[in-house]
Amino acid sequence: MLWDAVLLAFTAIVRNKLRSFLTVLGVVIGVAAVIAMVTVGAGSSAQVSASVERLGTNVLVVRPGRVRMGPPTGESAPRFTLKDAAALAELSVVGYLAPQASSSYSVVAGNANTSTQVTGSTADYLTVQNWDMALGRSFEPGEEAAGAAVCVLGQTVRKTLFGGSDPLGETIRVRGLACQVIGVLSPRGAGSFGQDQDDLVLMPIKTLHRRLQGETAVTSIQVALRKSVTSEDGIRAVQALLRERREIGIGQADNFSVTDMKDFNQLLSGVNSVMSGLLSAVAAVSLLVGGIGIMNIMLVSVTERTREIGIRLAVGASGAQVLTQFLVEAVVLSVLGGTLGIVLGLGLAWGGSIFLNVPFTPSALVVLLAFGFSAVVGVVFGFFPARRAARLDPIEALRHQ
Amino acid sequence: MIPPLPPPLIAFHNVSRRYGVGEAQVRALDSVSLNINAGEFVAIMGPSGSGKSTAMNIIGCLDRPTTGEYLFKGIPVQGLDQNRRALLRRHALGFVFQGFNLLARQSALENVELPLIYKGLPRAQRVAAAKLALQKVGLEGREGHDPSQLSGGQQQRVAIARALAGGPSVLLADEPTGNLDSARSHEIMRLLQALNRDEGITVVMVTHEEDIAAYAKRLLVFTDGHLTRDDPVLERA
Repeated sequence: MLWDAVLLAFTAIVRNKLRSFLTVLGVVIGVAAVIAMVTVGAGSSAQVSASVERLGTNVLVVRPGRVRMGPPTGESAPRFTLKDAAALAELSVVGYLAPQASSSYSVVAGNANTSTQVTGSTADYLTVQNWDMALGRSFEPGEEAAGAAVCVLGQTVRKTLFGGSDPLGETIRVRGLACQVIGVLSPRGAGSFGQDQDDLVLMPIKTLHRRLQGETAVTSIQVALRKSVTSEDGIRAVQALLRERREIGIGQADNFSVTDMKDFNQLLSGVNSVMSGLLSAVAAVSLLVGGIGIMNIMLVSVTERTREIGIRLAVGASGAQVLTQFLVEAVVLSVLGGTLGIVLGLGLAWGGSIFLNVPFTPSALVVLLAFGFSAVVGVVFGFFPARRAARLDPIEALRHQ
Repeated sequence: MIPPLPPPLIAFHNVSRRYGVGEAQVRALDSVSLNINAGEFVAIMGPSGSGKSTAMNIIGCLDRPTTGEYLFKGIPVQGLDQNRRALLRRHALGFVFQGFNLLARQSALENVELPLIYKGLPRAQRVAAAKLALQKVGLEGREGHDPSQLSGGQQQRVAIARALAGGPSVLLADEPTGNLDSARSHEIMRLLQALNRDEGITVVMVTHEEDIAAYAKRLLVFTDGHLTRDDPVLERA
C-alpha cells in the first residue's frame, strides 16, 4: 500500500513536471545554500586548524600597537627593532625567535618576472614556522650578520621564475638587488585566510632592511617558547620585558600585543559558531518558505483532484488511505527537492572550494540532516492538505465537476 | 419447524434524510421502509428531487439517514463512522456512475485494480483479478487502453469491471446508461442482467427511462421523498 502510494506520488509529480519543480524550488535553494555554505565553512576551518597545528600552539606573535576593535585612532606605537628581538632572545622562556619584516616587490629572473612578498627574517624563522627546505640550504649566521644578498624561494615563486629548471646558484633581481638563490622551501599550500603561503622570497632581515627598505623596522616577532613553558608564563615574561624596554609606567596600557595561537583558535571558533548560528537561521527560514510552497501546491492539487478523491472514497478507500496518499506525495516532493538541493549544494561547494583555495570536505552528517529535514518539511506541511483530502465528503467530491 | 429467514440484504426502517436547518430544511427522504433481498435486480425511478438519489447514497453507505435505521446485512449503518462505511464499500459494494468516473490517464487495468489496492492485495493477485473482471465485461485485449481511447460503452464496461473486481454483494448503478446512446444502453443493461442472473449479484439501479427499468425484476418509484410504488416487473417479451 505504501509502495503503491509512492509510485502514485511519482506519477502525479511527473505528470506536472514544471509545477513540481517550481514547487520544490524553495526547498532546493534552501538545502543547496546550507550544504554549500556548511561544506565550504568546514573546509576552511579544517584548513585553519591545519595551519595552526603546523605552527604549533606554543608560538607567540608580538606586534607593536594594541589589538583593539573599531576604527584606527591615529595613535601610533613605536616599532620594534632588531635590538628588541635580541633582548627577547635572551629570555629563559624563549626557545627560538624570528623577527620579521616584509614588503612587496617585483622579482625578475631572466625573462620571467613576478610580484611577490619579500620577507626578511632569520634562519630560525623556518624553525619557528616548522617549515622544511626542499632544495639547498637556509641562511648561515655569517650571511645574516653581514646582510648578504642571498635568498630562499617559495614554491610558487620558483615555478613562476624557473619553471622546471634548477634555481640553485641562479641570480634573481629584487628591485635592482641581485640576489643569489641558495635554497627552495617545501610547498605549504594555502594559509588561514586562503592566501598562498608559497608565494614569497625569504632573505636575511638585514639584507631587506639595508638594501631594499632603507629602514630598520620589525613588523612582528614570532617567538617559539620552550616546550616546558606554558603560553601564559611565556606571554607574561615577554610582556614584562617589553614594558620595561618601552618604558611603560605602571598603570599605563601596553603599546604592543602578544597573542598566542590559542587566542587565534578561540577567535576562529567564535566566528565559526556565529556563522553556524546564522546558517541554521537561514536554513530554517528557507525550509519554512519551501514548506509553505509545498503546502500551497498540495492544497491546489487536492482541489483539482476532488473528483478523483471522490472516486477513491467510493471504491472503498478509507480516510487514512487518502491521507497517506497525499502525505506521501508531499514527502516525495520535498525529498526530491532536498536531494536536488544536496546535489546542487555539493556542486556549489566543490566549485567554491576551488575558487577559495580550501579543501573540499563534504560531510555525510550534514547531507543526512538536510535529507531528514526535507522529509520532515514534507510531513509537516503536507499534513494539512492531506487531512483536507481525507475529510472530503464522498458525495460532494463525486459531484465536483 | 420453519427455519428462520435470513435477514434481508438491505433493510430501511422509517429512514428519513433531511438537509439544512429550520425554514430551509429539505426532506429528501421521509420515513421510508423497504427490504431488498440478495439476488434481486431492483430499478428505482422517480422525478428529480424525489429522493431516489438520496436513497441510493444511503444504500451505498456514502450517506447516513438523519433518523431511522438502515441495516446492511444486518449491520446498522447509521451508527458507523466514515472509515467503517469505507470498509463496507470496499468489501461489499460496487458503484457504477452515469459519468463513468474513471481515472483519466490510467489504463483500464489500473482503473479496475483501484479497489483491490485498498483491499491490500499484492500486485500479482490484483492484476489477475482485474483481468478476470475485464474479461467478464467483454473487454479482454483492452487492458492497456486509457479511458480516452475507449468509447462511452466501453468506458462504462470498465467501470462495471471495477465495481465487480472486489467481489461485491451489491452493484449500485446510478443512471448507468444516462450518457450512452440507445444501442450501447441496451448492451450495458444486458450485461447487468447477465451478471445478476449468472453471478447472483444483487443489482440496484436508478434510472428515469422506462425501457431501461424494464430490465429489472422489481421497480421502486419515489415521489417527494416517499416510496409510492413497489411492483414486480413483468418479464420482457
